[in-house]
Amino acid sequence: MEQATEANVKQKIPNPRVEMFKAMMGRFFQNKLAVLGGFFTFLLIFMAIFASVIVPHDPIEQNYSEIMMSPSADHWFGTDEIGRDIFSRVIYGAQVSLQAGLISVGIALAVGVPIGLISGYYRGFWDEFVIMRFTDAMLSFPPLVLALALAAVLGAGLENAMIAIGIVLTPNFIRLIRAEVIAHREREYVEAGKASGLRDWRIILIHILPNTLAPIMVQATLAIASAIISEASLSYLGLGTQPPDPSWGAMLADGQGYLSDAPWIALFPGIFIFITVLSINLFGDGIRDMLDPKLK
Amino acid sequence: MVSFILRRLGLMIVILFLVSIIIFSLVNVLPGDPALLVLGQEATPDQIEALRDEMGLNDPLIVQYFNWVVDVLQGDFGNSIRDNTAVTTILMQKIPVTLELTVLSFFFAILIAIPAGIISASRKGTAWDYSSTLFALSGVSVPPFFLGILFIFIFAVTLGWLPPSGYVPLTEDFGRSLLLMLMPALTIGIRLSAELTRMLRSSLLEVLQSDYIRTGYAKGLLEKSVVFGHALRNALIPVITVSGLQMATFLGGAVITETIFSVPGLGQLVVTSILTRDFPVVQGAVMFMAFAVILINFFVDILYSVLDPRIKLSGGTK
Repeated sequence: MEQATEANVKQKIPNPRVEMFKAMMGRFFQNKLAVLGGFFTFLLIFMAIFASVIVPHDPIEQNYSEIMMSPSADHWFGTDEIGRDIFSRVIYGAQVSLQAGLISVGIALAVGVPIGLISGYYRGFWDEFVIMRFTDAMLSFPPLVLALALAAVLGAGLENAMIAIGIVLTPNFIRLIRAEVIAHREREYVEAGKASGLRDWRIILIHILPNTLAPIMVQATLAIASAIISEASLSYLGLGTQPPDPSWGAMLADGQGYLSDAPWIALFPGIFIFITVLSINLFGDGIRDMLDPKLK
Repeated sequence: MVSFILRRLGLMIVILFLVSIIIFSLVNVLPGDPALLVLGQEATPDQIEALRDEMGLNDPLIVQYFNWVVDVLQGDFGNSIRDNTAVTTILMQKIPVTLELTVLSFFFAILIAIPAGIISASRKGTAWDYSSTLFALSGVSVPPFFLGILFIFIFAVTLGWLPPSGYVPLTEDFGRSLLLMLMPALTIGIRLSAELTRMLRSSLLEVLQSDYIRTGYAKGLLEKSVVFGHALRNALIPVITVSGLQMATFLGGAVITETIFSVPGLGQLVVTSILTRDFPVVQGAVMFMAFAVILINFFVDILYSVLDPRIKLSGGTK
């Protein structure tokens, strides 16, 4: 009898974590644009992963008997100036763009998170006069100009473009994480951790870091969108993905010369960049509102 | 106020010093030998070595940096490797072009953002608000090179209303200059307007919930006079800051836009000089861009403090 009552009580007391998760998901699904953005983002990821199965033609195969053909049943998005199937190239381009977005932001996180955590927790001379002033200096450069210069130094190519974009994004993460850590380091739970003799690294990694994850997640999602634009820009200028590998930016650059005869060469990759970046931005905005509705 | 300005000036000098180190380091690790670029592939090793000595490239890096900074402080960025023209002369030719683009882009941005932001905030939750929000999100998501190409396709190729690219100085032919700048300025202006619309909407929404706005309505003021006479003025303060902060993004956009539309400004200069390894021009142009961003942020900081008296200048925090 007693056991049954206990079970009933257990059933009735809601788990606060589950309730919070439900509330957050409810907020996310109320935001129709965010759901749409999320749907397209995952569709693009699916397309990128299964590109080899989806594409009807080899994306780098040249076919001089089918040059600049308009969209048809055989070539959904038409063909380019050397007869390559644009649909297949656009799908493989998604692979390049998403890879560039994820790896660049991964680099920025790998460098920015530790520096931001240490800088915000210890403060002092290194934080104020070295790290912050250095990020100020980095943020004084137009981001694309810095990425362009770094890509030129490292050499043209997708890997180097991703490193360059990662470096350009890093100061934003350092600043964000540092600000979050500064806000948390004076809280009671950190004081309690210090008083109970916890080592600094445990306080930073096990207690402060999880509390800063929400803004990091939002910033990282939105940074993926801007990294995709940066990669496409570098490829457009010839310093990103190199031919014959398909890249949306390089495809746009190639197609610009054929706008009057074959506009589909430039328009389809352009539309895909736009949809991808818009979807990620909508999804990122949705995550932000979901995690902290006050920010809306 | 004076101590605030002095402190910001001090900070500006420190940042400029760091910027100069970054630019110098970057350019010095760029692949390619400037002496070889000047003399060409037929040059003998002795000729190359002699020119390297003359250009100071055999000096230790710290000496090269010091010499470069001393020259820059005197307004001398060196000469272009491509045609031996003074970098300062090249910059003086390019700056007015980018300045014209900047003014026009900001004009379009404000022309779009202020009505869009006001309608969106004052009609929150309506179709107007959703359209404006979607416009703003689309504006920040569309890459400038795609928007530029789309404009060329629609207005130049399909409709034939505008010339696809090119540049004529304002002083030479005012009308044609504006006509040629229309598409590049709209390309950058739309992106800027998207950022400003988002900012103005959220800032105006916050102000519209203030007590003094409720008081205004309670006194029987019309919506028009509440929004335009009271709310907008305060809501524009953060928008001014964002406009200043957008300067770096703007110059990045100019790099691509000037390349697409063959506008011979600073952006195109940076791209061509990086691609042709014209080191002195890269150093000069990038240094100038970073300086412009820092200077504008400095003025925005001061303007922000003047516009919002709640900000304590001596406190240093905002």
